[in-house]
Amino acid sequence: MVQSNQPDQHTIIALVEDKPGVLTRVASMFRRRGFNIASLAVGRSETQGLSRMTFVVNGDLTTVQQVTRQLDKLIDVIQVSYISTHQVVARELALMKVTTAPSTRGEIMQFAELFSANIVDVGSTYIVIEITGGEQKVDALENLLRPFGITEVVRTGLVAMVRGQESGMDAENLGVPVSAMRMDSGI
Amino acid sequence: MKLSGAEIVCESLLKEGVDIVFGLPGGAVLPLYGAMAKYPDLRHVLVRHEQAAAMAADGYARATGRVGVCSATSGPGATNLVTGIATAQMDSVPLVAITGQVPRGAIGRDAFQETDVTGITLPITKHNFLVMEVEDVAPAIKEAFHIARTGRPGPVLVDIPKDVLQDLRTEFIWPDKPNLPGYHPPGEASLRDVAHAAKLINEAERPVIMAGHGVLISQAYHELIELAEKAQIPVITTLLGISSIPTNHVLNMGMPGMHGMAYNNLAIDQADLLVGLGMRFDDRVTGRLRDFAPNAKVVHIDVDASELDKNVKATVPVVGDLKMVLNQLIPLVEPNVHIDWHRRLDELKAEHPSLFIRESEELLPQYVLNRLSEVSGGDCIVVTGVGQHQMWAAQHCKFQEPNTLITSGGLGSMGYEVPAALGARMGRPDKTVWSVAGDGGFQMTMCDLATAVENNVDIKFAILNNSSLGMVKQMQDVFYDHEYYAVEYSGNPDFVKLAAAYGIDGMRVTRKDEVDDAVRHAMEVSGPVIIDFVVKPDEQVYPWIPAGESVHEMIEVQPTQGGPY
Repeated sequence: MVQSNQPDQHTIIALVEDKPGVLTRVASMFRRRGFNIASLAVGRSETQGLSRMTFVVNGDLTTVQQVTRQLDKLIDVIQVSYISTHQVVARELALMKVTTAPSTRGEIMQFAELFSANIVDVGSTYIVIEITGGEQKVDALENLLRPFGITEVVRTGLVAMVRGQESGMDAENLGVPVSAMRMDSGI
Repeated sequence: MKLSGAEIVCESLLKEGVDIVFGLPGGAVLPLYGAMAKYPDLRHVLVRHEQAAAMAADGYARATGRVGVCSATSGPGATNLVTGIATAQMDSVPLVAITGQVPRGAIGRDAFQETDVTGITLPITKHNFLVMEVEDVAPAIKEAFHIARTGRPGPVLVDIPKDVLQDLRTEFIWPDKPNLPGYHPPGEASLRDVAHAAKLINEAERPVIMAGHGVLISQAYHELIELAEKAQIPVITTLLGISSIPTNHVLNMGMPGMHGMAYNNLAIDQADLLVGLGMRFDDRVTGRLRDFAPNAKVVHIDVDASELDKNVKATVPVVGDLKMVLNQLIPLVEPNVHIDWHRRLDELKAEHPSLFIRESEELLPQYVLNRLSEVSGGDCIVVTGVGQHQMWAAQHCKFQEPNTLITSGGLGSMGYEVPAALGARMGRPDKTVWSVAGDGGFQMTMCDLATAVENNVDIKFAILNNSSLGMVKQMQDVFYDHEYYAVEYSGNPDFVKLAAAYGIDGMRVTRKDEVDDAVRHAMEVSGPVIIDFVVKPDEQVYPWIPAGESVHEMIEVQPTQGGPY
């Protein structure tokens, strides 16, 4: 699956040191340079002491190139890869609390089933649905459920990984290393 | 032997070859001062205001090419460093600032003199550290110096809580190398990029080299001249690139941009290739970006990849250490003479004279700087503040050796001229150091005259005194319909009496025929001297491309004119 970003959205993955203040450094750089983060997901990586951040960034290619270079410049950032043009698995998880009535519960659960979503909490007037998928899939379910009354949505933002056997630690295989990025070769 | 955190700081500084620390103590940093007293090889220079500590360390670094070091206490001590740190960040100056912090248990409780200085300085440092364990002190300082001096240099702040400085439970272990898995300063460039750059240079008919601070930082002055001479390419130097090639070199065209030479801006406008070397296409250089160098391809070489394509899109962006890249590039560049291009440039120079000093009986600031540079033989270090006097110094002073113009370019920090001169002279006691000041900037930091006097630091202060904030006044004159507001200083002190108050020589110069003697006298006197040059007020800096405009809106004056007042 080619990732389902909109044309002006780009996915960047950064491997960073798991130290206090790293998120602040990254966020501060985005703020002061005027870059726009659509989503940001952070978690432990396969290596102890290192975290992986997945950014979805709004902007044209020039902006994205600047973002990657500015990220790479941060001392605590070990590796930055731009992966929008590559074959990636990109997923996010969302929880949606939907208002139910006896007459609508069945239909809502059918929608959930169609999207391979899980029901993780049920009450007499609501259910909580957990869905995992690409951005568009999550958007689609949210749109379908909105008429029933969504009282709460929380989305993790995309996490992404390049398809194939190689480890994400290997820059050559985790998309385009920043040093090789050229506008004339697509980025 | 177990050492305290503070002693480990001192040991680490000695390992890094530090000889001078500019600073001012206070509660949280006192353990460090207690330790420094036991390390006579670390000379501490006590300033009057922490801003001077940071700026003196900056001046020291720029004059010597070594890392400048300053220290301050927590809270206001640290926040007073901020302007100096930001100055160093904007101009890529290697600086290590060591600050005391409140004890670990008090952090986050709004303790007395607590500020989140790593938070405050995060966007104005290359990196910073809050050291929470004494075992981390030596590694943090090792890494701080490594980061500060390598790649694109910059300031690094190390914040150490008081109880970590006092913690006496480890031995001093100096790491073999810094542990920075995410930091890899570039060396040589890819051969593909260099070959591509050489191809553009060889094909160009109207090339211009734009040399920036990176030439000085990577000590690529010989390579710059070699490249320029091999293909006879004219060299334009940015404000911070001045002194990377001697002023009198036949290919040196001087400064471009807002107050640069008109013919340089026209040359850039007509060039078919710009070769940007260790510079960042700052807005003061480019003016309105869409009108900048419309006919030129761009080869941009910089050690900082994020500078490439940031302001000006490069045809060939090259990441690498400038000296190494130029050594890769020069063999691939074919000899050339560019005779037609030089003929055109000579025409531009003749049609757009920008460096004249018009005939006047009054004491013109341009005249003062021209004479100061001539009389002092042109081999001194000139440190300036920010404003009109800075631009006139950049235009009219002559430089022979690298790193002899020291000025706050990127941040434009008034008041830089006093403390930076202090640091420059302490770093280079073999050089005459002129602090070229405006009366505005001088009064921002003149409290540190006392530091110069106490340490007998031989600085010659030339105040170009027009009793106003001249550059701002100039802008109000042209853009705000001559409405002067908050720009005139009617109550300036008598700078000659001020000199006397500090026990140093002071002179006032009001006439042209007094200038040479005053400069000569200042150079003969041992110790600091102040010359108060009472210059013609309302003199304006030209040429001038107003902010946000382009070469097409450049304002020039003719030798017979005083300016469009």
